[in-house]
Amino acid sequence: MTTVASVSSETDSPYSLSHLDALESEAVHIFREVAGEFERPVILFSGGKDSIVMLHLALKAFAPAAIPFSLLHVDTGHNFPEVIEYRDRTVDKHGLRLHVASVQDYIDRGVLKERPDGTRNPLQTVPLTEKIQDEKFDAVFGGGRRDEEKARAKERVFSLRDEFSQWDPRRQRPELWQLYNGRHAPGEHVRVFPLSNWTELDVWQYIAREDIELPQIYFAHQREVFQRAGMWLTAGDWGGPKDGENVEKRLIRYRTVGDMSCTGAVDSDATTLDAVIAEIAASRLTERGATRADDKLSEAAMEDRKREGYF
Amino acid sequence: MSTITTGELTEVLSETTLLRFATAGSVDDGKSTLVGRLLHDSKSVLVDQLEAVERASASRGQDAPDLALLTDGLRAEREQGITIDVAYRYFATPRRRFILADTPGHVQYTRNMVTGASTAELTVILVDARNGVVEQTRRHAAIAALLRVPHVVLAVNKMDLVGYEEQVFAKIAEEFTAYASELGVPEITAIPISALAGDNVVEPSANMDWYGGPTVLEHLETVPASHDMAHCHARLPVQYVIRPQTADHPDYRGYAGQIAAGTFRVGDPVTVLPSGRATKVAGIDLLGKPVDEAWTPQSVTLLLEDDIDISRGDLIVPSKDAPATTQDIEATVCHVADAPLTVGHRVLLKHGTRTVKAIVKDIPSRLTLDDLSLHPHPGQLVANDIGRVKIRTAEALPVDSYADSRRTGSFILIDPNDGTTLTAGMVGESFASPEPVKDEAEDDGWDF
Repeated sequence: MTTVASVSSETDSPYSLSHLDALESEAVHIFREVAGEFERPVILFSGGKDSIVMLHLALKAFAPAAIPFSLLHVDTGHNFPEVIEYRDRTVDKHGLRLHVASVQDYIDRGVLKERPDGTRNPLQTVPLTEKIQDEKFDAVFGGGRRDEEKARAKERVFSLRDEFSQWDPRRQRPELWQLYNGRHAPGEHVRVFPLSNWTELDVWQYIAREDIELPQIYFAHQREVFQRAGMWLTAGDWGGPKDGENVEKRLIRYRTVGDMSCTGAVDSDATTLDAVIAEIAASRLTERGATRADDKLSEAAMEDRKREGYF
Repeated sequence: MSTITTGELTEVLSETTLLRFATAGSVDDGKSTLVGRLLHDSKSVLVDQLEAVERASASRGQDAPDLALLTDGLRAEREQGITIDVAYRYFATPRRRFILADTPGHVQYTRNMVTGASTAELTVILVDARNGVVEQTRRHAAIAALLRVPHVVLAVNKMDLVGYEEQVFAKIAEEFTAYASELGVPEITAIPISALAGDNVVEPSANMDWYGGPTVLEHLETVPASHDMAHCHARLPVQYVIRPQTADHPDYRGYAGQIAAGTFRVGDPVTVLPSGRATKVAGIDLLGKPVDEAWTPQSVTLLLEDDIDISRGDLIVPSKDAPATTQDIEATVCHVADAPLTVGHRVLLKHGTRTVKAIVKDIPSRLTLDDLSLHPHPGQLVANDIGRVKIRTAEALPVDSYADSRRTGSFILIDPNDGTTLTAGMVGESFASPEPVKDEAEDDGWDF
């Protein structure tokens, strides 16, 4: 589709890039800027597809050398076992260093309290921030995309955070050309979003093109689930199902991977990458609308969490 | 609505090209309606987003869904009913992927428009057919010209309110084209539309037989996505030196960067600036794959024949086409910070991958974009001001004229104390310096 009859070919050819090549080049440029300007960068790695694509891009950006970053997983304690297995295998395969910030530790120590609804997503902010402070990370790569949510649509590629990880949308630095400004004071850090300009469909197309392996929960499989707030949640000892919620076996897949308590599955028979891409292309719901309970809390749920230091 | 045909699917699965474009305008011009219609008619607004907008509109007592709520992402924006910041929107057709930088149009948001235009290959300027070219239109044209956006679309909106009259459109298009051409806008496409009624946005209008050109979306889909291409000066700012020092790659030494302009080929004689050392391109790694040729905006790793000292911040250029290096930069700038820029200000200047100390030596003039009037020696520039500055850098920089290269002719000024991005700069002459301010003592002759 790079050539359309009516397209003037004078500049589109031969020196044109496909949209995936353009997005890949932009992301690689961002990784290399951070490697050049920061002392201790880290990649937030959840084992979700966006963080997997980030790691893939980082590996390409510095090949044939090793990536000059470590990984950080914020472990809610409500993880899908398939994802943890994938995480550990990936860390081994590439000889990476993995840091873990554990929400369960904070709950066990009484620093954080379990919420009545059992959702642990909002509890990730404190362990994340303290790990960043303790390890003195100065750049933290996140897989956030601007197409995910309207507060994220206003996020910069380089997003300055104070010592509490707080985001102030009114005081963001304008980002001009490809000149990223990573200046920060001691104690502050910069969140960096190399996939800012990618859409969900771009991520999947790139996964297909690059033949990137994903955890199996992204593909259709039989699973015991129950319905809560209009979403299919996986049954488990994290707190579901409750009385009146019935477990049933359905053919589902996950469109996003997060905390089990608030990540919903979608009915799907897509067992291959091509089938997943076709399903997303035809979907009339955003991935967060379809699968995230936490974003339904209020119109500004994401903005509020971001201000407090969420990803 | 949830079905997709096999033909569409094949197109969705394949790769397309990417176009970055910007819109500038205010609610009065119908910008939100236009953007909303582009997103909606290209099926990029999904059901849950539309439901959220409908809920929010209803809770505000509005009858119809307010599509501006799709892009106004911050609480303050929704509460005040304004767009404060640049909002990035993403949509695709089978022909192209689009990144839209949606910016507010009023004068106090000039910095946002400049930000959106800095990476745009096309900008859409809206006018109300009833009002024609007004002060704001001239400002938007000036910003597009200053930032050297290659393509400008003039969308003459609300044609339904002027009876779809060809004469009304022709007069506005003529006046705008004359004005924008004089400022140096290279290509202007005027399109008569009604965003509200849908005329010529996605579908051709049945009400304007006299118009034979493309709709807005058709134009966006087919306009050449131009980068600084093969005919331009090749430039590679070095971001990072890749040295694996492993058993497999004991001697690998590659210079990683994103090609800012032009093309590089294996065998090209190149010079490294600012040192001036010359060598040849021995190899090009395109993210793990060796290639003979690479071009902007590809991220590559260059391997060179000679082992010379190169580090982050250096610029690799063709030996036959090297820019002069200088410590004295004259530029047109847009001040983007709340605190003013003053003569004597000590700053950091980031150009390509190099950041150096600098001092603002002079602010010869400030420009009012609405009427292009010059105000000599304003003493300072405040937020959203456009002006000329003279800067002295602590180290010599290989700068291009912005007219020649948007990437290697641009820079930002940074406050060394708190890291704030202060000012966006474009090197060399522009219409903002119709009569270059001559200072005999410091005029060291730009050689572009």
